[in-house]
Parts: sequence; structure tokens; C-alpha cells
Amino acid sequence: MTKAKKPKLLQGNIACAMGAIKAGATFFGGYPITPSTEIAEYMAAQLPKAGGRFMQMEDEIASIGAIIGASCVGHKSFTATSGPGFSLMQELIGYACNAEIPIVIANVMRSGPSTGLPTLPAAQDVMQARWGTHGDHSIIAISPYSVKETYIQTIKAFNLAEKYRTPVIILMDEKIGHLREGFDVSDDEIPEIIQRKRTLDKENYIPYENTPSMVPEFIPLGCGARYHITGLTHNEKGFYTQKSDEVEKFLFRIYDKIEKNKEDICEYEMFEMDDAEVVIVSYGSVARSAKEAVSKLRASNVKAGLIRLITLWPFNDTLIYEKCHGKKLVLMPEMNLGQLSLEVERAIKDTPFYSLHGAKADLIDPKVMADKVISLLKERGEV
Amino acid sequence: MQTAYKKYFRDNLPHIWCPGCGNGIVMGAFARAIEMLDYDKDEVLVVSGIGCSSRITGYLDFNTLHTAHGRALAFATGAKVAEPRLKTFVIMGDGDAAAIGGNHFIHACRRNIDITTIIINNNIYGMTGGQFSPLTPKGRKATTAPYGNIDRSFDIVDLSKGAGATYIARGDVFHAFRLSYLIAEAARHKGFSVVEAVSTCPISYGRHNKFKGAADMVNYLKKRTIALNRASRMNPEALEGKIITGIFYESEDEEYCDAFERLEASVKKGARK
Repeated sequence: MTKAKKPKLLQGNIACAMGAIKAGATFFGGYPITPSTEIAEYMAAQLPKAGGRFMQMEDEIASIGAIIGASCVGHKSFTATSGPGFSLMQELIGYACNAEIPIVIANVMRSGPSTGLPTLPAAQDVMQARWGTHGDHSIIAISPYSVKETYIQTIKAFNLAEKYRTPVIILMDEKIGHLREGFDVSDDEIPEIIQRKRTLDKENYIPYENTPSMVPEFIPLGCGARYHITGLTHNEKGFYTQKSDEVEKFLFRIYDKIEKNKEDICEYEMFEMDDAEVVIVSYGSVARSAKEAVSKLRASNVKAGLIRLITLWPFNDTLIYEKCHGKKLVLMPEMNLGQLSLEVERAIKDTPFYSLHGAKADLIDPKVMADKVISLLKERGEV
Repeated sequence: MQTAYKKYFRDNLPHIWCPGCGNGIVMGAFARAIEMLDYDKDEVLVVSGIGCSSRITGYLDFNTLHTAHGRALAFATGAKVAEPRLKTFVIMGDGDAAAIGGNHFIHACRRNIDITTIIINNNIYGMTGGQFSPLTPKGRKATTAPYGNIDRSFDIVDLSKGAGATYIARGDVFHAFRLSYLIAEAARHKGFSVVEAVSTCPISYGRHNKFKGAADMVNYLKKRTIALNRASRMNPEALEGKIITGIFYESEDEEYCDAFERLEASVKKGARK
């Protein structure tokens, strides 16, 4: 008699940490905070075995500062935090955008504001991820909805950080972070690992050269190029400039390198969308309920479908317009008072829209979603 | 020696500092220290924060990292731990190091990471036009202390000692060559080393505090500074108002990157068992 293979259960936070090591992270700087701490604990135990170094810093500002420093000398670097710590990191997220230093930040979202509800989930940091640091910039933020996807998307987060030389934020929530579920990843599901594009031409190196790719090639500090990295607005050589043409070129380049590459960056999943007349747009743990809601609605003869956004920023407005414009109804459930809903409402243009708020610091019940859709359709005389 | 250090500068001078500013003297002292140490320029990393002092990294021909206000040591710590081969220096101002960056400063001291930190103390926030800092002496005036500063000030030597730094020195911009020596000694020391470089800001500090100009401020340093070995033989009354300079403390303890190597060796050994 052969024993049946036991399913391997894994926690979301651990999947995130494992993904980071798989992606080649060799430096972690962090500070304990619920509900993300398991990521730091795993990195402390496993990074030394994987040839990397773990540091527990004095606060979250130091954590992000240290990972930017390690990335400047060529290491894939990572930190993990939650709401209050994410707030403290905001200034230096802008530094990494400005100086184009690849870093990955996992923010396991808890309910806020302030200390809020440290052990309970929310998606209240979605707009903070986009706009929390001062100044015009673009950003990449990813919201996985399962343990396995957390692993895969963490690897992809590193890939995107390296490819576009920018900070990438993994927006998990407490439910995904602490969820334990089956974890079975085959080798062909693991994304190819990408390294930032390097040049060996240290003699003629122009650190922030404007090229068609919009992403400058990299030489780590300490490898013979002896250049300058700054958070000041800089010219192609990396030195402070206030010349209006250089300033404008710089700002557009760091913005466009992300906003004009949405097709490459943005990921999503379609569920029952082929003949859908009602669309639910969702992301993160709430998308699990949304899938169930779609099935419930289908059982009640409502042709419902789901667009599950994996990439939240840059916002995939083209996709949302193409798939939602002109439908009977678009519903967006979120574990907040309506954050990404604003973007969806903007993108769908004159299509009936309802933002379903979740402020109970818990998942939104699929039945609540389905009932809301049916009552809205009844109000409009659509059923 | 007088001109040899020029090779350590990029070709983007003149600098932005006001006439009579001490930052240029510290920058020169730093370049001479590197000359004494004979370091390969490619192996030197210089990290700064924000403020007048932080602009030094823009002029020096090394690997240079100009970070955010107060955060130079956080960036430098990450870089050094990731690449311990780099000879890592941090240059900060007094507000940069002791106010907004105070937490990073004490924790860098505590870890004993092999970084040489130079705190240029001109007693004021210069870049923003003369607000009092944690190193502005009590009673002095600043734009945000127009009736005199009522805050007590830090003593960088005592602060570093309490936090665990293993090399602590104080120099000044009048004794510029001695400052070079103190910086070079700090770099030779394995562990976290602190050099306070007492400097002058004639425009944003001196003018508010009855100094007649840059020369007057440097003369003030000349008169008020006293070497540690002489000071140790003087009574406290005679030392009132003096600025004591020299190497205050030097000790040995495990360096932080060495501790990482030790940890990694034990993890590998454990894995073999």
C-alpha cells in the first residue's frame, strides 16, 4: 500500500519570504511588526544559509535605508512591514524612485488608521502605496490572493524591481499573510529570475543616461565607476540639476518607464468573463470571496464575471475600460472605504458602478456581494 | 602633500558653500587622510545625509552616496554589511547626525560596524538658514531661538561613548592637519569610529552670535581648543568654555561584519552535522 502524498501547508508570509530567497535576495533589513513578522523571522533563519545577510534595524526608516544602501552596491534587497512601519518608510520609497534603486517592500496590510487593529486585515494602504511618498512618481504594487501566488508574485516583484530599477511593493493583507493552504509549485511555474541590466563599460559610464528603454544600465557602487547617487533631481551624470529641460526629461522618464510599460507589468485573472453582463472587480483576499459570489450569481441566472487584478499599480485602466464599459453593472468590493474603486469608476466611464466597502476588518461575505448585485439590478429593473 | 590630494576631487568645483565656511577645510582634511591611508579610490564609499555638509560627496571622486536627511548611517550600514570590502565613510552635519539621525547614530555605535563617521559640527542648521541644532550651545542665538537657545546640547564624545563606539575623537577646522590625522586614525581603527570636526558657519551662526566674520570664528577655535593631554592636567574651572580635542577613547570589540562571518561559519558547520 502506498501512502498518499501529504499536502504541504504553507503560510502566506513564509511563501513571500521563500519567494524572496528564490528571487535571489541577499539582503534583508527589517523591524518587527504584526502581521508581517514571520517574514523577518524566516529571513533571519534562512538567509544566512542562502548566502545572504539579515539585519534587524532600529526602526523601519533604517530598514528601508539599509536595503537601499545594499542595493546600491548591487544586492537584491528586501524588507517587510505593516501599516505603521509602511508609513515610516514613505520618504525613502521616494528616494528609491528618484535614484532608481531596485528594492522590494512587502506591506502586509492591517486595519488602520494609526495602530488600528494590528491582527486584522484591511486593504487600506492601497492609495498610500501609490501616493504615500511626496512628489510625482510612478510605482509598482502587486496584490496576491493566495499562498502560492504570493510566492510566484514575490519572485516577479524582484524581477520588476530589477528590470525597471524601481521600488516594488507587495500589498498583502493579514488574511493572505497568515493563511495556510496547500503549496505545490512545479519548476515550470517558477518565473525566470531577472537581474538588473548591467554594463561593464565603467570608463564611459553615464549613470542616468536617457535611452529608449528609459531604464539606465547599472554598475554597483564600488565596482570602478566612482559615480554619484543622490535623491536630488539629477542630470544624466547623476549630479544635481535645476535646468528646466533636464528636470522635465528626468521626471517624465522615471514616470513613463512604468506607466508606458503597463502591458509588460500588469497582470490579472479573468473568471467567467466571456459572456458576463455584470462584472466584479477585485484583488487580494477579497477576490476569493468575489469568485464565490460570481458562482452564486451564476446559480441565480445572473451572468456575472470577475476581473481579479494582481497588479494594482500602475493601474490597468485600458483593461478595465475594455472589459467593463457598457456592462449592466460593475461592482468593486474592497476591504476599505473605497480606494481602488475610484480608479475603476474613472476608467469605466458612464457605466453603472457600485463600490462595496468593507470596514469590519474581515473578509467580505460572498453572499453580501451577490445580494448587493441582485438588489442593484432589481432597482434598475434589470432582473 | 599640499597638492597631492587634488586627485581625490571631481572636476565640478567651485563648491556651493558660503565664504568662510568650514566644510571645505573638513573636505580637504578628509582628502589628505585618504592620501595618508593610501586607499584605492575605487574601494572607498563615502555616504552623506542632507545639509551643507552632505554636499561633500558631490565633490569627491569616490563611490559617493548622497542620501536623505539623517539617514546616511542607515544606507551606509546596508552597503557595508552587503559589501564589507568597501572602506566606508559617513559625513554628516550636527543636525543630520544628532537630531533627525540620532537613532541611527546610537545604533551604529552599538553595532560596532567598521564605518568611519565624521560629524561636522558647526552648531547650526546652515542650509535652511540658521536654526538651532542639538549641538547649539545653550544661550546661543538662532533664527528659531531669537531670545537664546534654552535646549541643552549633546556632547558627541559622551554620546558616542555611551552608545558603544570604539574610537572617538574630536578635532577642529583651525587644526586642519591634525584633523586629517584623526580621520586617518579613525579609518585604521577596526570598528565604529566617530570624529567630531568642530567647524564654523560665519553666515548662519556667527552673525547671530557676535562673531565679526570667518577669521574671528577660526581665531575663536584657536583660542578655545585645548589638547586632551593638556586638558587632563587642568582643573574644571580652567576648562570652562574650552573645546577639548584629541582621541578620547579607543577600544577593541568584535566588529559587526566579522560577527556576520562568524555566524555564517557556525550556520554552515551546523548544516554539515
